[in-house]
Amino acid sequence: MRALPFLSLSALLLTLGAGVACAADAVESRDLVIKDHVFSPAEITIPAGKRVAIHIKNMDKTAEEFDSSALKVEKVIGGGSSGTVYLRPLAPGRYKFEGEYHDKTAQGVVIAQ
Amino acid sequence: MLAALLIVFREVIEAGLIVGIVLAATRGVAGRGRMVGLGIAAGVAGACLLAAGADRLGALFAGSGQEVFQASVLGIATLMLAWHTIWMASHGRAIAQEMRALGGAVSDGRRPLAALGIVVAIAVLREGSEVVLFLYGIALSGGASGWGMVVGGAFGVAAGALVAALLYGGLIAIPVGRMLSLTGGLITLMAAGMAAQAVAFLQQAGMADLLAAPVWNTGFLLADDSIAGRLAHSLVGYTAEPDGLQIVVYGVTLTVIWSLARVMRPAPRALAHATARPPLAAE
Repeated sequence: MRALPFLSLSALLLTLGAGVACAADAVESRDLVIKDHVFSPAEITIPAGKRVAIHIKNMDKTAEEFDSSALKVEKVIGGGSSGTVYLRPLAPGRYKFEGEYHDKTAQGVVIAQ
Repeated sequence: MLAALLIVFREVIEAGLIVGIVLAATRGVAGRGRMVGLGIAAGVAGACLLAAGADRLGALFAGSGQEVFQASVLGIATLMLAWHTIWMASHGRAIAQEMRALGGAVSDGRRPLAALGIVVAIAVLREGSEVVLFLYGIALSGGASGWGMVVGGAFGVAAGALVAALLYGGLIAIPVGRMLSLTGGLITLMAAGMAAQAVAFLQQAGMADLLAAPVWNTGFLLADDSIAGRLAHSLVGYTAEPDGLQIVVYGVTLTVIWSLARVMRPAPRALAHATARPPLAAE
């Protein structure tokens, strides 16, 4: 039980470390739609070096996972629902993403320039 | 079918590795089978609930409810792993001696088994909900290919469980004392990895906009989306392109657990006293 005070301390440290800053409101955003397991637009152009929010709307009945190891994002979007992911500031380049549950058809790329 | 197998396999090994390490770390402890079983059952039930409520959860926190949820459960798992590691530091050596003396049978009721049970439940919950959503999607679309994918999914579960069993087998083949310090080390790294992953989810939700630039990229050595990269990710929190905040949180978690475990370790004199006592003496 002696461990409890230490644990709460470490909890505090973690919370502090993670929660220091919150997102600024003025982030650029892009819309992305999933329909028939295809992304549109399949190419999203964004400014490099800036945080960008992507609003994803899933028009299919089934869930899809927006997944990209290049963008370091994975997010499940339920059927008929929507969600938002925030991209970290990116160096100029092409970053592929896919719908993990239908990766044959659901492919796209973020272009940072 | 192969695609389904791969997707399910990837999710199952991530949870399976954690279960395998927990099982090895609690080898010989009475009640651990029930604890791990309960953890898995609670995780599966939670995964189904989570999948059913995915839409509503996702709509919370301006469309980032899922990330907040993931970050919170990862934070809880980190604390549970830390608690167990620190507890083991103060009792581990006595446990190893008892296990040697009694051929691996130890009944230490005070051991924080519940902490590890919660970790198992969280691991199964997180990976399981994705499997449920994926298989549910297949079931909805139906058709002949649907069945093939369900079969593939079943094979994926089996293959993932096999990898976990192999890891467990490898770990318990190691002599008890060394195995306990190895699993202790693995659990500490796992905790740090989970803390860093929680940070990544908060960043994805736009809630931790700090030191967000990637610091290095080891993707050419080990890619995040390769099977080996995924294994390393669940075991030690490997990510090819960690950003500053993730590295800081990883380091802080490691340091905090390591130093607390050091502080809690019994002094050499107290330890000599403990070894003089009969193996099953209650403390």
